[in-house]
Amino acid sequence: MPWFRKDKKPKPVRRERVRSPVPEGLWSKCDGCKEAIYARELERNLSVCPQCGYHNRLDARQRIALLIDDPEPRELFTGLRSSDPLHFKDTKKYKDRLKRYQQVAGDRDAVVVVEGDLEGIPIVLAVMQYPFMGGSMGSVVGEKITRAAEAALAARKPLLVVSASGGARMQEGVLSLMQMAKISAALARLSAARLPYLSILTDPTTGGVTASFAMLGDLNLAEPGALIGFAGPRVIQQTIRQDLPEGFQRSEFLLEHGFLDFVVPRAEMKSRLARCLRHLGA
Amino acid sequence: MQALDDSAFEEPLIALRRQIAELEGYPEGSGHEKDLERLRHRLDKETDSVFRNLSRWQKTLMARHAERPYTLDYVDLMMDEWVEFHGDRAYADDPAIVSGFATFRGQHVAVIGHQKGRDTTQRIRRNFGQPRPEGYRKALRIMKLAEKFGRPILTFIDTPGAYPGIGAEERGQAEAIARNLLEMASLRVPVVVTVTGEGGSGGALALGVGDRVFILEYGIYSVISPEGCAAILWKDQGMKAVAAEAMRVTAPDLLDLGVVDEIIPEPRGGAHTDPVLTSQRIADRLEATLEELNDRSPEELLEARYERFRKLGVFSES
Repeated sequence: MPWFRKDKKPKPVRRERVRSPVPEGLWSKCDGCKEAIYARELERNLSVCPQCGYHNRLDARQRIALLIDDPEPRELFTGLRSSDPLHFKDTKKYKDRLKRYQQVAGDRDAVVVVEGDLEGIPIVLAVMQYPFMGGSMGSVVGEKITRAAEAALAARKPLLVVSASGGARMQEGVLSLMQMAKISAALARLSAARLPYLSILTDPTTGGVTASFAMLGDLNLAEPGALIGFAGPRVIQQTIRQDLPEGFQRSEFLLEHGFLDFVVPRAEMKSRLARCLRHLGA
Repeated sequence: MQALDDSAFEEPLIALRRQIAELEGYPEGSGHEKDLERLRHRLDKETDSVFRNLSRWQKTLMARHAERPYTLDYVDLMMDEWVEFHGDRAYADDPAIVSGFATFRGQHVAVIGHQKGRDTTQRIRRNFGQPRPEGYRKALRIMKLAEKFGRPILTFIDTPGAYPGIGAEERGQAEAIARNLLEMASLRVPVVVTVTGEGGSGGALALGVGDRVFILEYGIYSVISPEGCAAILWKDQGMKAVAAEAMRVTAPDLLDLGVVDEIIPEPRGGAHTDPVLTSQRIADRLEATLEELNDRSPEELLEARYERFRKLGVFSES
C-alpha cells in the first residue's frame, strides 16, 4: 500500500432515505458514525459531523448561503413552473405530487438559480434542490439551467452548478431526457466563449444529471463521500448479481478513476472555488 | 425477456405467413394459386386489424422484435463501400456500437449505430446492444473524423440503454455520454438521426443529437424503460404496459412532443417483414434530408441544431 493512502477507512454504504437537511430537536444521530451530535454544533459546522466528518446534505438555500457573499442574492427565472405535459399518473397524479412538494419543500421546482458574488467574483450559480422530488430534472430544471448558462454567456460571467439529483424526472417522460441535450448544447456555447464552468457534485448525483452537465465542467469537483454515478447502485446490483466493491461510486472512487479534479470538504469549498475561478481568468 | 403472451398478437400472422410460404413453394400449375391469393388477402386484412390497435406496450415489443433489422442490416441494404472502424483509442472496442464510413447513394458518409446480435452468441458479444463508455468514445472519434473530412453523419439508434455495470462506471459511463451530447451539438457537418428500434434513455441520446431526428413507425424513445419506470413508480415491474402508456413512448407521441421530426412508415406487419422496403424508405428520407442540409453553412447548421433542442420542454411561466 502506498504511503500516501488515506488511513481512514472508507465509510460504510449508507441507506438511501430522505433526510431533513437540518435535524430536528436538540440532538441528532450522525448517519456516518452513529454518534449523538448536539444539533447546534452540527449546524455551526455546516452540517458536517464534527466527529467523523460526514457531510450531511444541504438544501439549495443553505448551499447558496455557503457560496455567495451577499446574504440575499438576486434569484433568477422564478416564474417557471412545471406543467404536466403527459397528464402523468402513477400511484398518484404528477400534478398532485408537484403540489405536495411545493408545499413541503417550499420551492417551485428542483433547482434555484441566483446571480451574486463569490469572494467578490461575479458568477451565475444554479443549485439543485434534492428535497424537491429527489432533485429530478424535468422541463423546468432543464430550462432554468439552460437559461443560467445563457445568462452567464450574455454577462460573460462564470457558471457554477451544484448538482444533487436522482436523474431525469420520469413523470415528464422523454422531455426530461431531452433536457440533457438542451443543457449540454448551452454549455458547449459557454465553453466556446471561454467562460469557466465549474461543476460541483454533491450527494447524490446520478442518472441523467451525471450523464450531462454534472460531468462537463472545465473542472469537476465533489464533497467527500458523495454518491456519484450513472446507474444507481441497486440497478447495477440487479444487473450483474454481484456485490459492489466498498466505496463504489463515492467521490473518492471517482477521483481515483479520473473523473473528478478534486474532492473538497465543505468548509473549504468556497475559497477553493474562488482560487480556481481566478486561475481560469475570472 | 418478455413473456410469450405479451407478443401473442403477432402469432396468427406468423401462422398465416408460414402457410403462404409453404404454398409459394409448390410448383407452378398445381392449382393452389387461388388459395394463395386468398391467404395473402387474409394476411393483409388481419395484419391491418392487429396493427391498427397496437397498444404502446405492444409497439414497445415491436421495437424490440428479435427479427427487427439492426444497423449493420441497414448498412448492408442501403450503403456501398462500407469499411467498419473499431476502437476508442483509449481502452477497447465496443461491439455494441458499430461505426465506419460508406457511400450512400453516391456520397461519402459516416455511419454510427447501436448493434444487437441475432443469435445467443452474437447477442452476448454485442451485449444486447448496451454500450459501455468505450462505445460512446468510439462513436465520438468517428464523428470527429467525419467532421474533419467533411462527411455527413448518419446515426441509427436501437438500444435498451447504456450498460449498468461496475466496469462501465469505473470508466465513466456518465462522462462518455455527457461528452457526446456536448460535442454533437458542435459538429460542423450534417447529423441525421434515425431511431430504428428502442431509444433507451441516455444510452440512445448519446448518438441522438442531430439536425433531424427520424423514427420508424414502431420505434420507441424513452427516458427509462417501461419496466424500470414500473419498478420505481409502481414498485411492480408487471405494470410495464401501464408505464409505457403513461410515459408516451411511441412514435406519434414523440412527434407530438417535438422530440422527433418525422415518422417513417414501416411495411405492413413491421420492419422485419420487409427489411428491403424498410431500408428503402429510410434511405429515401435520408437522401432528401442530406440534400437539404448539405447546402447549409456550418454556422446555419449549428444555429438550427441549437434551436431544435433549445425549444424542447413544456412549462408555464408567470
